[in-house]
Amino acid sequence: MDTLDADIARAQEERRKMEEEIASLSSLSFDKAIYGENNRFEGYERSIPVNEEEDEQDPTEREVARKLASITAPKYVLNEVPKSDSADNDLVFKKPQKIIDREDDYRKRRLNRIISPERNDAFAMGEKTPDVSVRTYADVMREEALKREKEETLRLIAKKQQEEAERKAKEASSATAKVSAAAGQKRRNRWDQSSEQEEVKRSKTSDWDVPDATPGPTKWDATPTPGRAGVEATPGASRRNRWDETPTPGRLMDSDATPTGGITPGATPAGMNWDVTPKVTGLATPTPKKQRSRWDETPATMGSATPMAGATPNVFTPGITPIGGIDLATPTPSALPIRGAITPEQYNLLRWERDIEERNRPLSDEELDAMFPQEGYKILEPPATYIPIRTPARKLLATPTPLMGTPLYSIPEENRGQQFDVPKEAPGGLPFMKPEDYQHFGALLNEEDEEMLSPEESKERKIMKLLLKVKNGTPPQRKTALRQLTDKAREFGAGPLFNQILPLLMSPTLEDQERHLLVKVIDRVLYKLDELVRPFVHKILVVIEPLLIDEDYYARVEGREIISNLSKAAGLATMIAAMRPDIDNIDEYVRNTTARAFSVVASALGIPALLPFLKAVCQSKRSWQARHTGIKIVQQMAILMGCAVLPHLKSLVEIIEHGLNDENQKVRTITALSLAALAEAAAPYGIESFDSVLKPLWKGIRAHRGKVLAAFLKAIGFIIPLMDAMYASYYTKEVMMILIREFQSPDEEMKKIVLKVVKQCVSTEGVEADYIRAEILPEFFRNFWVRKMALDRRNYRQLVDTTVEIANKVGVADIVGRVVEDLKDENEPYRRMVMETIEKVVTNLGSSDIDARLEELLIDGILYAFQEQTSDDANVMLNGFGAVVNALGQRVKPYLPQICGTIKWRLNNKSAKVRQQAADLISRIAVVMKQCSEEQLMGHLGVVLYEYLGEEYPEVLGSILGALKAIVNVIGMTKMTPPIKDLLPRLTPILKNRHEKVQENCIDLVGRIADRGAEFVPAREWMRICFELLEMLKAHKKGIRRATVNTFGYIAKAIGPQDVLATLLNNLKVQERQNRVCTTVAIAIVAETCSPFTVLPALMNEYRVPELNVQNGVLKSLSFLFEYIGEMGKDYIYAVTPLLEDALMDRDLVHRQTAASAVKHMALGVAGLGCEDALVHLLNYVWPNIFETSPHVINAVTEAIEGMRVALGPAVILNYCLQGLFHPARKVREVYWKIYNSLYIGSQDGLVASYPVLEDDSNNIYSRPELAMFV
Amino acid sequence: MQASDRFNINSQLEHLQAKYVGTGHADLNRFEWAVNIQRDSYASYVGHYPLLAYFAVAENESIGRERYNFMQKMLLPCGYPPEKEEE
Repeated sequence: MDTLDADIARAQEERRKMEEEIASLSSLSFDKAIYGENNRFEGYERSIPVNEEEDEQDPTEREVARKLASITAPKYVLNEVPKSDSADNDLVFKKPQKIIDREDDYRKRRLNRIISPERNDAFAMGEKTPDVSVRTYADVMREEALKREKEETLRLIAKKQQEEAERKAKEASSATAKVSAAAGQKRRNRWDQSSEQEEVKRSKTSDWDVPDATPGPTKWDATPTPGRAGVEATPGASRRNRWDETPTPGRLMDSDATPTGGITPGATPAGMNWDVTPKVTGLATPTPKKQRSRWDETPATMGSATPMAGATPNVFTPGITPIGGIDLATPTPSALPIRGAITPEQYNLLRWERDIEERNRPLSDEELDAMFPQEGYKILEPPATYIPIRTPARKLLATPTPLMGTPLYSIPEENRGQQFDVPKEAPGGLPFMKPEDYQHFGALLNEEDEEMLSPEESKERKIMKLLLKVKNGTPPQRKTALRQLTDKAREFGAGPLFNQILPLLMSPTLEDQERHLLVKVIDRVLYKLDELVRPFVHKILVVIEPLLIDEDYYARVEGREIISNLSKAAGLATMIAAMRPDIDNIDEYVRNTTARAFSVVASALGIPALLPFLKAVCQSKRSWQARHTGIKIVQQMAILMGCAVLPHLKSLVEIIEHGLNDENQKVRTITALSLAALAEAAAPYGIESFDSVLKPLWKGIRAHRGKVLAAFLKAIGFIIPLMDAMYASYYTKEVMMILIREFQSPDEEMKKIVLKVVKQCVSTEGVEADYIRAEILPEFFRNFWVRKMALDRRNYRQLVDTTVEIANKVGVADIVGRVVEDLKDENEPYRRMVMETIEKVVTNLGSSDIDARLEELLIDGILYAFQEQTSDDANVMLNGFGAVVNALGQRVKPYLPQICGTIKWRLNNKSAKVRQQAADLISRIAVVMKQCSEEQLMGHLGVVLYEYLGEEYPEVLGSILGALKAIVNVIGMTKMTPPIKDLLPRLTPILKNRHEKVQENCIDLVGRIADRGAEFVPAREWMRICFELLEMLKAHKKGIRRATVNTFGYIAKAIGPQDVLATLLNNLKVQERQNRVCTTVAIAIVAETCSPFTVLPALMNEYRVPELNVQNGVLKSLSFLFEYIGEMGKDYIYAVTPLLEDALMDRDLVHRQTAASAVKHMALGVAGLGCEDALVHLLNYVWPNIFETSPHVINAVTEAIEGMRVALGPAVILNYCLQGLFHPARKVREVYWKIYNSLYIGSQDGLVASYPVLEDDSNNIYSRPELAMFV
Repeated sequence: MQASDRFNINSQLEHLQAKYVGTGHADLNRFEWAVNIQRDSYASYVGHYPLLAYFAVAENESIGRERYNFMQKMLLPCGYPPEKEEE
C-alpha cells in the first residue's frame, strides 16, 4: 500500500505540474492546438508518459519521418496501413469538402459582402427619369461616398481615442504600479474604452464598435470595416483570437449571443454591429467575450437576397430588426427546429455539439469499476475546490488532452432514438435534401396546394425545384433540370432566377461540386437572358468575384468565364457602372476582387474599350484607393492576358506611370508591381514603351526603402531583360549598387526579390563576366551563401537558381571554386544546397574549366557529403554525385577505386536507404566506369551486387537490379560476371516479387538478357520464365506490362515460337480479361518477331475450341497481329478469311465486333496491294452489321467500313450506301447517311467521279455534263 | 432518355454539318443532295488543274475562263429550289 500511495503522490505531483503548465499557457494558444500546430499536444506527451507501449510505437513513426536513414523495418510496411486507409477514405468515406473549410481568413471575407439589390438599367429606361424606388448608379455612388466618409470619421475618432487612451495609460502608470500593471497589459480591455467614448459616439454615429477599429494607423487600408478589425486586421502576436472567446458551441444558446440572421439586409459593414448593439447595453458585466464570432455570421440569408425595404438606401437607419433571427433566439440542441428558421451553420454546430456531449458524458462509478482492476487502485476524494464542468463539449475544447486509446479510431455509434433530424420525405420526386438545404429549399416541403399559389409563387417554387434538382439530383435529373432552366430562362425572368441562385452560392455550407453546378446554371442562364441581366450585374459579381481568388485553378477559370460572359451580355457601360463604386470601396478585399474582375472584363471586351475609363480611375484625385485599384487592374490585365497586352503596352504604361511618384506609398508600390507584370507579359518586346518610366524607377530606387524599394527593384528586374545589350549593361551597373547594398537586408521578401533581380540582370546579354566577377560575386557569396539560406525552401530555390545563372556567365570554375569547400560544411541542409548548385552548374556547363586541384577538392567534397548525409531526401546528393562523375568522365579514373570502395562499404550498410542509394549510384556511374575502362572493377561490383540479390527490402532490391542492369548494359553479356547462365536462374524467383519497382527492374534485366544473351541460358530456363511472365501481364503499371510483352517476343525469338505460343494459347482460357488481353498482345508480338506463319496455324486451330473466351482471344490476337504486321498481312489474308467469315456471322456480338476490328486492321494494312477480292468478300460480311445498336460493335463496324474505304476506294462504299440513302424507313436512312457522312468526310474529292447520274427534271438541272466530255 | 438521345445525335449532326457543308441527314431531299454533288464536283474541277486543262481543251476555252465559269455555276448549280409542297 505504501508504494501505491507513493505512486499516487507522484501522480498528483505530476498532475499539479501539468496544471501549472496549462495555466502558464495563455488561453490565446488554444486555437493553435485545435487548428494546425500540434506542438501543444507534443508538450503533453512529454510531460505525461501515458504508457510504455504507446511510447514505443509512436516515436518510431516520428523517427521514421525524421531520420529515415536508420529505419529498421521496411518502409512500405510502415506506410502501408495508413496509406491504404487513406485510400479507402478517399474512395468511400471522404465527405465532399466544403469550400468554406479550406478558405483562409482573407478568402472568407467574401461572406461579408452583401448581395446588393438590383440596380437600374439605364439602357432599358430610355429617356425616362428612373423611379425613386430603384437604385441608380448615382444612389450607389452616394452610398459609397457616405460609407467612406463614415469610415473616415470613425478613423478619426479611433485615432483620438487611442491618443486619449495612451495619455491616460501614461497618467495611470505614473499614478500607481497596480493600475499600470492592468493598463500595460498587452490586450486592452475594450470595454473601458467604449464606455469612455459613449458620448462621442452618441453625438456622431451610433456605432458601438468604434474602438475595434483602431489597430493603428499603419493598417488602415487593410482593415476598413469596423467590427471586423479585431478579427482580421490585427496581425501578429497582438492579434485577437476569435476562437478563444467562444470555444463552446454551447454559446449558441447564450442569451447574449443571439444568433441573428447575421448580416441583415441592411448590412453595410457597419450595419453588422447594430444587431449586436442591444446586448451591449443589456450586459451588466462587460466580459471580454463580446467580440463577434464567425459562428453567428450567416452572410446571406434569404432576406438579403430579396431586396426589401430595408435594403434600399435607408440602410443607415439603425434599428432595423434582424429578420432572420427572430424565431431562433434559443434553439436547444435536443429539439432542433428543422425548417427554415435555422441556418445551416447553426445546424451543423448543434449536431456536432450533441455528438460531442454524447461521447464525452462523464463516466459513472459503475463504469469506472468495470474498467479498472480491483487491486492497485484507490478511490480518492475529489479536492474541495473541484467543480465539475457539466458541458463536456466545453471541457473538451478547454483542455485539449491527447486522445486516449487508439487515436484516429472511434466506433461510430448508432443512435436508434435519433428521430429528430430525419428529414421529411421530399415530395414529388425531388432529390434528397440535406439539412443545410432547408434554409433555401424548406418551402418545397410545405405541402400546400399548388393551385392556391399565386403565379409568382408557383414560378418561384418551380425554379426552386429545378435548382434543387441541379444541386442534389442524380446526373439525369440534373441534366434535364439544367436544360429546363436554360430553356425557360427568359420566361422565368432574371429577377426570380438570380434571387434564388445567388443566395445559394453565398451559402456557407456550399461544396465544390455544388458551386460548380450552380455556376454552370448561371453561365447557361446568362447566355439566354442576355441584356436582361443588367440590373443584376453587381449581384452576380459579388457572388462570382470570390471565385477569381479561389485556390482551386478550375474555380478561377470558371469565375473568369462567367465574368467574361457577363460582360459580353451586359455590355461595357453596365459593367463599369456596376463595378465603379467598388473600386474605391473601403474594404481591401472588395477592391482586390474588383480589380481582378475588371481585368477579366478587359480581356473579354478588349483593352482599348477600357482604356479611357482606366485612365480616369488611375488619375482619380479623390481617393488613393481608386488610383490603387486602377493600377492594380492594369497589373491583373498583364497577368491574365500575357503578351496580348503588347499592342496597348504604351498606353497602359502611360496610364499608370504617374503612380510611381504618387504621394501614397501603396500606390507607388502597386505601380512598380504593375510595371513588373507588364514587362513580364511583354517580354522580350516592348522596351520602348517603358522609356518614360525608366527615369522615375531608377531615381526611385535611390529614394525609397523597404517595401517600395522591393517593388521598384522587381520592376527593374523585369525591365532590364527587355533592353539592348548596351543599355542593359549600363542600367545593371546603376541598379547593382543598390542591390549590393540590399544584399544585407534582413527582410526575407527583399532577399527574394534581390536574388531574383540579380538573376535577371546577370542573364542579360550586356552584362560582362568580368564585371560580375569583380563587383557582384564577393558580396553575393558573403551575404547569401550562408547556412541560414538553406533553411527556407523558397530562399534555397531562389539562391540556387541565381547562382546557376551567374555561373552561366562567369563559368564553372569561379562558382564551384567558391562553394566547393562548403561541401564539407557541418550543416547538412547547407551541404545539400551546395551540392544541388554544383550539380546544376556542372550539368549545364560541363567540367572542362575545372583544373586538377579543383577536381580533387570536388571529388573529395562530394564523397564527404555523400557519406555524411543523414536526411532522407537523398536524391540531391545522388544526382549531384552522378552529375559530377558524368561530367568529369575519364578524369574520374584515379578516384574510381575510392568511389567503389565507398559504394561497396555502403552496400553493406545496416540502413536500407543507404544500401539503396549505393546501388542507385552504381547505375548512374556505370557508363563512366566503362569510359575509364574499369571493366574489372565493374565485374567485381557485379559479383557484389549478385550476392546482394537476397535483399529483403523491395526498394533496395529494385535498385540492385537496376544497378546490375546498368552494368550488363555497359559491359555486355559475354564479359559479365557473374556469367549470365548463373545470373538468370537467380532472377527467375525474383520475378514472383509483387513490388512494382522490383518487377520493373527485373523484367527489364530479363528482357535485356533475352534480347542480347539468350543463348547463354538453356531453353528450359526460358520456358520457366515464360510462365512467370504470364503473371506479370497483370501488373498495374503499364511499363511493366509492356516490358513483359516485349520479353515474350525476345524469348520466342531465342527458343522458337512453338513452346511460347503453347503457353500463351493456354493462357487464353483464363478468366481475367486483363490477362487475356495481354496474352493476345503477346501472341501478336510473337507473330511479329517470328513471322506470322509460325503462329497463325496454331492460332487458327485454337479457334476451333468451342469456348467463347478462347475464340474471342484468337480474334483479338488476329486483330493485333494484323495491326502489327501491316502490309505483311497480304500473304495471310486469304488464309484467315474463312475464319473471319465465320466470326462475322456468329451470334455473339463480341465475335462480330472483334472480327470487324481485325478486318479494319487487315484492310488498312493491305491497301493498294491487290487484295480487293478478299476484302470485298469480307465487306459483304461486315455490311449487314451496320444496324447494330451497341456502341462498341457499331464503332468497330464503322471503322471496318472506313478501312475498306481506304483499301477499296470510296466508289465501292458509295455503291453500298446508295441503296439506303433514300430508303422509305427513316431508321434505315439515318444509318446510311451516317455512313455516307463519314465516307464523305474521308474522301470528298474521290466521290466526285462516282456520284450517281441524276436526270434533269422540268425546273432543275441535275446532270453533270462536264464528266461526259471527251477529247 | 429517348428524347435526350436524339437531341445528342442531332446536336452532333448540327456540328458536323456546320463543319462539313456537304454532309447529309435523313431528311435531305433530292434537290439538296444534288446541289451538294454539283458544288463538290465544280470545286473538284477547279481544284485539279489537269482536269481544268482537259475541260479547256474540250470546250476550246481558256483555263481561266473555265475556272470562272465553274465558280459561277457553283452559285445556283441546279437552278432554284423546288417549291415545298406540303410544309
